[in-house]
Parts: sequence; C-alpha cells; structure tokens
Amino acid sequence: MHSIIKSIQNEDSVNHIHIVSLGDRALLVDWGGGIERNTHEQIRAFCLQLERADISGIIELIPSYTTVTVVYDPMELRDPATGACCYHRDGQLTSSPFELLKGIIEGMHNSLDPKVETITANIVDIPVCYGGEFGPDLQEVAEHTGLSSQEVIKLHCGQSYLVYMVGFAPGFPYLGGMSERLSVPRRSSPRTAITPGSVGIGGSQTGVYPLATPGGWQLIGRTPRKLFRPHHAEPSLLKMGDIVRFYPIEPEQFAEWKEDEQ
Amino acid sequence: MSLLIVKPGLLTTVQDLGRYGYQQQGIIVSGAMDTFALRAANILTGNAPDAAALEITLRGPMIRFEADVLIAICGGDLSPTINGKDVPLWRPILVRAGEILEFGECRSGARAYLAVAGGIDVPMVMHSRSTYLRAGIGGFEGRALRAGDTLPIGEASNVAVFYMEERQAELQAVSFLASSWFIGYTSHPAYRSDPVIRFVRGREFTKFTPDSREELVNRRFRVTPQSDRMGYRLEGSALRLEEPVEMLSEAVTFGTVQVPPDGNPILLMADRQTVGGYPKIAQVASVDLPILAQIKPGERIRFTEISMEEAQQLYISSELLLARVAASVQLYMKTGGPR
Repeated sequence: MHSIIKSIQNEDSVNHIHIVSLGDRALLVDWGGGIERNTHEQIRAFCLQLERADISGIIELIPSYTTVTVVYDPMELRDPATGACCYHRDGQLTSSPFELLKGIIEGMHNSLDPKVETITANIVDIPVCYGGEFGPDLQEVAEHTGLSSQEVIKLHCGQSYLVYMVGFAPGFPYLGGMSERLSVPRRSSPRTAITPGSVGIGGSQTGVYPLATPGGWQLIGRTPRKLFRPHHAEPSLLKMGDIVRFYPIEPEQFAEWKEDEQ
Repeated sequence: MSLLIVKPGLLTTVQDLGRYGYQQQGIIVSGAMDTFALRAANILTGNAPDAAALEITLRGPMIRFEADVLIAICGGDLSPTINGKDVPLWRPILVRAGEILEFGECRSGARAYLAVAGGIDVPMVMHSRSTYLRAGIGGFEGRALRAGDTLPIGEASNVAVFYMEERQAELQAVSFLASSWFIGYTSHPAYRSDPVIRFVRGREFTKFTPDSREELVNRRFRVTPQSDRMGYRLEGSALRLEEPVEMLSEAVTFGTVQVPPDGNPILLMADRQTVGGYPKIAQVASVDLPILAQIKPGERIRFTEISMEEAQQLYISSELLLARVAASVQLYMKTGGPR
C-alpha cells in the first residue's frame, strides 16, 4: 500500500452545506449536487475535522457521495459555550438537541481552515483473475461494448479508481472513474449469490463484492484479496478516499495467493 | 457457568445494543430489535444495560441452566415456563441448577429477551457481541443458536451475587424464585397490537404527493410476512412521488421509512443496510421502535406525525425514566423490595 498526500485548496471552493434531521438521533449534512471529486474531498476534510473536534454526544459519521450523516445521542450533547446539556433535571428540554448540534456543525464548517486541509490517500492494488470461471460475464461485456476480452481487461486495469464511499455490504466500495466505454447494463435477472471477491460492472460503475450477496452486476473477474476482514482493526480493506488500481493475474497466481497483512 | 441450548426455537440470537462506529466501512449496526426490553432484562440481572442477552423470536428455545443462576425475561410474552410453572416477566428470577426453561405460545409481542447475570460472554467483534447473521460474525459463532450449543456466561456483578446469596437457601426447595416486585407497565413503552406509531418527517416527505402524505397517516399498514430483522415491508397504500427524484445512496437509520418504486413502504429495523437509495418519507420516533419490534408479521400499524422537538423530548423523557427504573431496581435488589 502506498500513500499520497494531498492538499485541498479550500479557499474558493468551499460549498455551502445544508443540515436536515434524519430522525431524532441523526442528522444529515448535505453538500448537494452530484458525484463530484471536489465535493468528495470537502466531505473527507469535514469528517477529519469533525472527528478531531471530538464533540460530546456524536456516536459516528457515515459519509456518502454528497452527504455526511452524523449519528448522535441527544442525552449526551453539551452546549460548547456553557457545557450544559439539553434538558432540565425533570427531563424538560431546555434547547433542541438537533438545533444545538446543527449550530455546532455549521460553526465548525464556517471556520474550516480556509487555506489548507491535508489528507492522505492510500493506493491499494487489487489483483484480479479475469474471465473464465472467475469472470463468467467477461465475454458478454466484450460483446456489448464491441471490444475484445483483452481490451476490456486492459481498460479496466488502465484506470485508477476513487473510493467515494463504502456501504451496501461490509467493505463494498462505491468506485468512481471507470471508462465510459466499459458501461454495460445490469443483468436482467440478478444472481442470487455472488462468489465473494467477484469484480463486476453495473451501468457505469465497477466494484468488488466482499460477501456472498445477491447482485445484478456483470462479473468480469475475481480477486483473491479479502475486502472484509472482521477481526482486523480496520475491517474494511478500502476506505473512503482510497485510490484503487486493478491488475491482472493468472489462475495459478489466484490459487497461490497469500494475504499479506499490511 | 454456562447455558445449554436443548432446542433452539425459531430464531434465537445473541444481541447487545449494537455495533456502532463501523457503518462508514459498510458494517451494519445489528443489536436488539427492542432495546428497551434488552436493557430492562440486563438491569434486572444486575448487568450493565448494554450486556449481551438472547433475543428470542416468536417460538422460543428450550434452555438448560448448568448452575444456579439469576435471569430476567422482558419484552414479548412467549409463555416461558420452568418445570411446568409459568415464569413471570419483567422481574429477577433465580433458577436452580439443572432446571430447564421452555417457551410456549406467543401470547403478546414477538420477541423476548433473556438476560443472565454476568451476560452472555461470547467474544467481542468490533466492540460488540451482537450477531451479524449475513456476515457470519459476532454473537455465537456468527449464527443463530442451534441445539447443543453451550453459551458461556460472564461474571455476575456484586449486586447480582448479593441478591443470589441472600436467597440461596430458599431456592433449594423450589425450581425457581420470582421476585414479587417487577418493572410495571407504566414504565414500559406502550406495547400493544394495532399501535399508532409516531414519526417525524423524512428527508423527501414533501416530494410525495399530498394524497400519499395523507394516506400515510390515514391508512392502516399491514406488516407483511416478508418482514424480518432487516426491515418490515408494509402494505396498505402505494405511496407516490410528485415526480421521480434522482437519489444517490446515503445513510439510513433504525426507523427510516423508505419507499421503493412500487410504492409500498419499507420500515428499516436493526439489521438494516448502512446506506439506501430510496426516498425517505418518514423516520419513526426512537421511543416507538420497541413497540414496532414487538409487532408480528400480519399485524397492522398506523402512523401519526409529531415534531422533531416532541420526538427528542419523548426520547429524553424515556431515557430518564429508564435511568430511574434502573436505580430503583438496584435498590430493591439490595434491600429485598419496595418498603
């Protein structure tokens, strides 16, 4: 695994955020717009800053393409100015927990270091055995795109992909950056159980299935690397902001693959 | 000390309050469906409220206790008996070594929580003992319990040990000893069938047609048989958007009501995915989630809207009530009951 260090110039590109509730114990910070690298980088910087701030009552953050969901416990929130909680001893609310946290987050976002927020991105290389029993739909993808199987592999390995978010299944990366030439429709009938490690294409997205889940993507290969490692300190191999590169391996290498704990 | 599962029942799993902190890695929260009943059962056995207990679904297991033990059963009434005698809910129960706990018909609710003094001592995985069935991790070997499983029990707290020692002699004459005091229904969530569930507006609430927004509160929705720990599929009225919305996947929570294109709402429960891409019409108030957890497939529910302030006020009031209940239980366990 390599790392790159990147500085985001936030000076003229900080978007406005919009905060809405997601039930009585979570709120959603929304950057709006579509899937964009600039938004993604602001979300990463925001999450780092919010984690560092270590605000009482915040349980966890769940980033997505354009939002960060903040899960919190209204009982544990404290007014940063006075240290007071949101209720009287008799239980009567003295202030709205949602409005209090909204205010804290807005204030923090406005004071986001206007010059530079430094983040690191890991580059993760993922070996893939393409075609055959490992990628039963490779031929179909080739036919649909008008490419040869070799060209499909070359294009798929020729890009680096950004992990925008992880979700749907443990360790499942939502990757951005696939060549439009590889776009293929999902299968008309989804498979009921996909072999873990399968690499697929669905529409203009590509990804790796970490668990045996049902799925409708076209499967072009399989990786011997484990994307979900439940007993590891970081169970998901990939995290938001990582850069993924695929490279082809032969069936023999797949069979002999040993997971190096890195 | 251990428990032996003689028969597993329909779906019996080890659960605590859930696995938080890993949703950004795609790892679901899991945990008890009815977190009130789980916490009450733990409190009644002198455990920390977040200790692991058994979640028992509709048809209960048969369990043998290998030593004298302090237990509590809270939540749905699945007719628990020991040696042919009814075991009352919502109170501490001392059980003599070698006795067998059985369950019968489901009288009310859907899920019972069995806590044991010391908690179910399975290994922590990602800071939780909850069973994550689909990934096969947590709980007991990552799966629902089977006949022959032996569950390890942790060390009972001082208050639990004191309570047991005080009644040691009395217990030897009977199969089990139930306390006369209990957590009364005035301290419970308003468990009932055909409940009215309070919600706050979901993020896309206003994007639904005025008719659909009215239908949500005017119609009764049936919880279909395709309902489980992940979510309840509801049937009652097809809810429609004013116009299609372009949605990107984003986080959902326990109690999110999302509406897929067929218009039948899905209520997301303990084993929900971390993110979803359907419009969210409502979010169930946290205080009413235990009521939902006790609804059986086939039963009906209705919805009523409340404000965010009300929902958070209800949440704080219910948490403080539970804290007071916990303090009273502690006192009664030390002193023998109300004076």
